[in-house]
Amino acid sequence: MTTAELSSISSQVRRDILRMTNGAKSGHPGGSLGCADLLTCLYFKVMKHNPDFSMEGRNEDVFFLSNGHISPVWYSVLARSGYFPVSELATFRKIDSRLQGHPATMEHLPGVRVASGSLGQGLSVAVGYALGKKIHKDDRAVFCLCGDGEMNEGQIWEAALFAAHQKADNLIAFTDRNFLQIDGSTEDVMALGNLGEKWKAFGWEVLETDGNDMAQLEETISKALSFKGKGKPVMVIMKTIMGKGVDFMENNHHWHGNAPSDEQLAKALTQLDETLGDY
Amino acid sequence: MAYQVTGKNDTRSGFGVGLLELGRKNPQVVGLCADLIPSLKMEAFQNEFPERFFEAGIAEANMMSVAAGLATAGFIPFTGTFANFSTGRVYDQIRQSIAYSQKNVKICASHAGITLGEDGATHQILEDIGLMRMLPGMTVVVPCDYNQTRLATLAIAGIQGPVYLRFGRPKVEIFTPAEDPDFQIGKAQILAEGTDVTVFACGHLVWEALKASEILKEKGISAEIINLHTIKPLDEAAILRSVSKTGCLVTAEEHNVLGGMGDAVANVLSRNLPSPQEYVGTKDTFGESGTPEQLMVKYGLTANDIVSAAEKAMSRKK
Repeated sequence: MTTAELSSISSQVRRDILRMTNGAKSGHPGGSLGCADLLTCLYFKVMKHNPDFSMEGRNEDVFFLSNGHISPVWYSVLARSGYFPVSELATFRKIDSRLQGHPATMEHLPGVRVASGSLGQGLSVAVGYALGKKIHKDDRAVFCLCGDGEMNEGQIWEAALFAAHQKADNLIAFTDRNFLQIDGSTEDVMALGNLGEKWKAFGWEVLETDGNDMAQLEETISKALSFKGKGKPVMVIMKTIMGKGVDFMENNHHWHGNAPSDEQLAKALTQLDETLGDY
Repeated sequence: MAYQVTGKNDTRSGFGVGLLELGRKNPQVVGLCADLIPSLKMEAFQNEFPERFFEAGIAEANMMSVAAGLATAGFIPFTGTFANFSTGRVYDQIRQSIAYSQKNVKICASHAGITLGEDGATHQILEDIGLMRMLPGMTVVVPCDYNQTRLATLAIAGIQGPVYLRFGRPKVEIFTPAEDPDFQIGKAQILAEGTDVTVFACGHLVWEALKASEILKEKGISAEIINLHTIKPLDEAAILRSVSKTGCLVTAEEHNVLGGMGDAVANVLSRNLPSPQEYVGTKDTFGESGTPEQLMVKYGLTANDIVSAAEKAMSRKK
């Protein structure tokens, strides 16, 4: 798949995110828009995966979303990859839906392997899963996305120590470095400083990339995969723009957890091409 | 008597032996421990199956979520640490990554309750049964002696879904058989039949209940002693059958009277067969340092306390 084709898919994913959050009158569009390029790149280009979902994911590349609140982007990409009908996106956050506000397994939504939402846990789960793959001598990769605000959680740093100690070198994690969390700038709330140096100090291979530049993402992930089997987990610090793709949402932490109104949705959709057909 | 004392040992050793046996039988069983391998008696498993054992360090939150990840990959993880660090410290990790995510993780907790002794209240959790039984889908098992802890360890590997297995530190009487066809998860065990009062006990209090039944017998009181080793799912039929016969009951556990096994039993009876019930347990308090024996006396967890409670329950029968 070409870079242009991937970008065209991520445009549709962004439309889905906006329409889902608008339909639910709640949810988290900002981080979802920022990570639309990464998830599109992973599911449509990088990962060997099977939409005929199996929990164990044996001999597949597997993705975990640790910052579960950006569920809209994941649900859109899963549906667009064939895990469940695209029309089901309309049920997001509604009663009796499989598309819970935060990802969950209780309703058996294909593609989701563990609940996430309470922050800091998904990375540990991904590490455990990656170690399981090693016991099985399954050499596919494990991907995990965390938010930068999530780095406030102590458990992230427990996982950082543990993964390096266990040489979880089939794990590629991403930090969505958009510098924003609910109460404002990550540096004002609880400064993260030089995140790359921190992960290096914890024994991880660290790469940096622009998470909203598809070509750069492809290149960085390919480089990350080249570290597989070399003794260290990989952390990709991925600079993104919260609200990417919608001018009035970009870099505004209001859009972390607020849905667009009908009027705002209409305005936003004019900025994003409908490439695969709205659900 | 349906029971015979064959020796003394700690229940945690029953766990260690059971885990080793499981490791030999089932390649899906993996072990994790948070820097307490000797205390949890997990050395044998670690030595024999190093590729299936993970030292998690003093990082229990990570350990629980890592276990959820291993379960997702198809393994049956057994986590080991003290009961306090197995529950209270990691409640949200268990709730989200294990219970809500329906992961096949076995949370194995040693040094539960007040008989942890000298380390004091920071380590003596008396709220863990309550915490765990509130989680939807969680099985909660509190075996009574070394043999039963071994059998429970073997049995929970066969249950699909999260399990909390609670055991302890002190060496206590072994009175259940090494192989016990009568032991099944979810099935209460009648250890002594009686007609005047039922004593439901779990864990270390089962032996105290058996001693109490002898004292009561001397007083002319016929006590039915039931080992309620599985607190969830609760054997409601056995509870109702016994109490409909005896008409009153005592619940005895090394746990706060709030939220534990006693409340689980009360919940069944209040809906079906309201009956005079007395609680033997810690009375909404933290523990303190002391020997296990001293603490059992001070906090009212002995056979004599069960005797007094039984007499009181009987006096309340109409």
